[in-house]
Amino acid sequence: MSIWRQFQRGLDVLLHRDTADRELSDELEHYVAEAAAAYVEQGLSPADARRRARMDAGSLASVQEEVRSGGWESMVEAVVTDVRFAFRRLMGSPGFTFVTALTLALGIGATTAIVSAVTPILFRPLPYPHAERLAAVVEDHKGVRGAGTFALYHAFADQTHSFEALAVTRRWQPTLTGAGRPDRLSGERVSHEYLRVLGVSPLRGRDFTETEDRLNGPRVVVVSDGLWRGRLSADPAILGKSLMLDGDPYLVIGVMPPGFQDVEDPAAELWAPLQYDMSQGTAWGHHLRTVGRLRPGVGIEAATADVAGVGRAVLTQQHPETYDPNTDFMVTSLQGELTRGVRPALLTIVGAVILVLLIALVNVTNLLLARGVQRRTEFALRAALGAGRGRLVRQLLTESLVLAAVGGALGIAVAAVGVKTIVALSPPGLPRADAIAVNGTVLFVGALVTTLVGLAVGILPALHATRTDPQQEIQHGSRRTAGGHRRARGILVAAEVALALVLLVGSGLLLRSSARLFAVDVGFDQGRMLTMQVQLSGHRFDDDSSIVRFFTQALDAVRTVPGVTAAGFTTQLPLSSDDDEYGAHFDAEPNRPAATYDVFRYAVTPGYLETLGVPLLSGRSLGDADRAGSPLVAVISASLAHDRFGAEDPLHQQLRLGPAGPYTIVGVVGDIHQASLAQSQGEAVYLPVGQWPFPDRSMSLVLRGRGASALLAPAVEGAVWSVDPDQPIVRVATMSDLVARTAGERRFALTLFEVFALAALGLAAAGIYGVLSGSVNERTRELGIRSALGASRAEVVRMVVSQGATLTGIGAALGLIAATGLSRLIASLLFETPPVEPVTYLTVTALLFVVALVACSVPAVRASRVDPVEALRAD
Amino acid sequence: MDEPNTDVIPGTLDLLILKTLSLEPMHGFGIARRVEQISRAVFKVNPGSLLTALTRLERSGALDAEWRVTDSGRRAKYYSLTKSGQKQLEAATDDWTRRASAVARLLRAEG
Repeated sequence: MSIWRQFQRGLDVLLHRDTADRELSDELEHYVAEAAAAYVEQGLSPADARRRARMDAGSLASVQEEVRSGGWESMVEAVVTDVRFAFRRLMGSPGFTFVTALTLALGIGATTAIVSAVTPILFRPLPYPHAERLAAVVEDHKGVRGAGTFALYHAFADQTHSFEALAVTRRWQPTLTGAGRPDRLSGERVSHEYLRVLGVSPLRGRDFTETEDRLNGPRVVVVSDGLWRGRLSADPAILGKSLMLDGDPYLVIGVMPPGFQDVEDPAAELWAPLQYDMSQGTAWGHHLRTVGRLRPGVGIEAATADVAGVGRAVLTQQHPETYDPNTDFMVTSLQGELTRGVRPALLTIVGAVILVLLIALVNVTNLLLARGVQRRTEFALRAALGAGRGRLVRQLLTESLVLAAVGGALGIAVAAVGVKTIVALSPPGLPRADAIAVNGTVLFVGALVTTLVGLAVGILPALHATRTDPQQEIQHGSRRTAGGHRRARGILVAAEVALALVLLVGSGLLLRSSARLFAVDVGFDQGRMLTMQVQLSGHRFDDDSSIVRFFTQALDAVRTVPGVTAAGFTTQLPLSSDDDEYGAHFDAEPNRPAATYDVFRYAVTPGYLETLGVPLLSGRSLGDADRAGSPLVAVISASLAHDRFGAEDPLHQQLRLGPAGPYTIVGVVGDIHQASLAQSQGEAVYLPVGQWPFPDRSMSLVLRGRGASALLAPAVEGAVWSVDPDQPIVRVATMSDLVARTAGERRFALTLFEVFALAALGLAAAGIYGVLSGSVNERTRELGIRSALGASRAEVVRMVVSQGATLTGIGAALGLIAATGLSRLIASLLFETPPVEPVTYLTVTALLFVVALVACSVPAVRASRVDPVEALRAD
Repeated sequence: MDEPNTDVIPGTLDLLILKTLSLEPMHGFGIARRVEQISRAVFKVNPGSLLTALTRLERSGALDAEWRVTDSGRRAKYYSLTKSGQKQLEAATDDWTRRASAVARLLRAEG
């Protein structure tokens, strides 16, 4: 009741300030009049009575002020006044306001954008119940991760005790036919416990049963909510209906809940039982991913020990050919495993943005200090006129807060744009990119930190003004004696330069590394080459020979397209993330023991090696005569030839590839990069497509043409479809695109680093400029005396520039020391570039000095133009 | 300049105002004069503190205020005690008496 009354009265006053003031002054006037009347009664003349009454009451204005400040509304009014005044002050120096707000916005915005992008990827739990218990079972071959095999999955599922559920998955990209045009869908073949591992059940229908996950088991499929709502028109009676996938009917048994995402393959829309075929001895093929849900209370170490024990036992009992006996088996967190590839790049970027934030903080501190120095006279004057310390501090706090609010608002804009840009720039393999959004908490923390620093720095001048004798301060104000502040600002600028140099070194190293990476000789001619993948589906290809026949006919058709000069098919395309490795086995010879080498297996049509432009080093290439039924032949890569035969001639020797062969080596070709630009694992075996016992249903076409090869795409697709119109063609890309994509993560890190380094350089330059021009202003009088005493313009310029150069030099020295330590952190992102590379360090230091010099030159020239007469008269 | 201190004892201004108004409604100067007269000029109230205190008490609901015409024909703001003001006065009086007598006892004991 009373509080309500308080509030109401206060609000009345706020809304009707004039009425309230009039009422108060009426009351006061009446008070004085009554007092005067009382004096008259005592016998004073009316004029004297009035004067006495007035004296008793004191200053009416201050009485009014006292009464006014009693209510809570006076605080509100004071804040409003302060804010209004702060805005006026800030608008009064637009340059300062603009630079400070922009710096704040950059620091807050960039940090928020990066941390917003990185946290969900690295730290937000996977979108499943008890996600912390999800684990990946991985094989580690001397530091290189390898795909799992069905045989070991089987052993793990039977013999380990750490998992509540364990599953293996494999990519599956069936073609959906039936209603409308054929569509190639993304999905996974999974062992029956997969959805239980993730801990998510279908919303409608049911999960897979163990009996469904057997070779020749029933064809059943679980679909995603998106597929059900989209392509399947949200059919309420979908359960029990069939989808035509690769020409076979699959019974729909379940629909996943909306929002369910399969982290193993974010694009997956349907899941079918793995129904693994062990009959061909392929249980040892490395092409499965193993995931498990740990039992509650079982740690990663315990699970690793469990898995490693079983794995080793299996290897020693069965010593399969596809396993290196030294393979390690490990259990790792699924989240960690999914983000393993991008983690170093992302953490590096976070480090870079923190440096930017630091520089922004230093810069803002610097700007506020400079402003404080300029305003010392003003504050001294206000203190002399009776402003209390509290009042001055409050005013400055308000100014800092207004500035922080403006900076923060701009920061939100920077963050929003930044997040969008990051998503757009992100490398294609970035896991969980869909989870990226502006993170409110980070934004708030960023704004808070900058504000606090702003506040701390902002109130220094107020404290200073109220501590010193105002009179002295006003007298000396125009002399601009600010030695202590100048030193502090000098230190800050040096720190800024040091931080900027660290970023420059980082981006310089990444830039050099990137240049080296793109200069790598991949072993074939990347230019003007078009690639696309053709996928066969349907029963008409159940007969292996029909597959080979299709690709042969398609190749003939493609070659007739005008403009196409060379073409060929391959089972795996270099630099496309295709990865098909086999063990190439050589029998024992008199001078050499038997041996197996991990090689990339390519089944290719005639013309492929020629189209790619892989140099033939000896023997012959594969031709039309090498077909099914003719003698088995193979072409091997130079490094495989060297591994096995050293300097000897490998021609006419024989090898077996997995279960197939023996093939007679008829030629040796140069090595190429298969996996990525950075990885140069060159061991490879090329077989004629008709001589591989398990023909691949999807092959990649490579072709060259006259002019821009990308323009040939429609005609080439038409040629393929002229053989069979139902076969989807995917992944149409030029080889240069593929090359660029394999370096996506590095490029991502590089781009962001460059942006940050440029921002840092700009901020540091602004800092140097600010300190020097402030110092020139403060020293106008000194400079005037100097030139009056005969200092030449050149000497004055030299003096100012050397001051800037000293700051830059100290900063650069500190920065170089820091960079040699910190650059090790990005070593994993560098390709053939040591973290401490003198050329890079020297180049970026030189760049920094050039920029610093430019920043110095403006104040230096201004200093040289100081007119001694003017400068001395100014005081 | 050795004048005796005429400041109101800190914390007692509200009590003095409430007591004065318990006799009859009064305007600001009336209150000041009454306090001065009854205290035999021991306490003088300055208008700033008085009007601030009156506004505060009015807002807290201890007083009501209304504009009236005085005997001398001038418009003045008259304050009167409300029920809650009456209660506040009783409580404050008890409290003051209790503490003042305690202080008096202490001073006697020391003397």
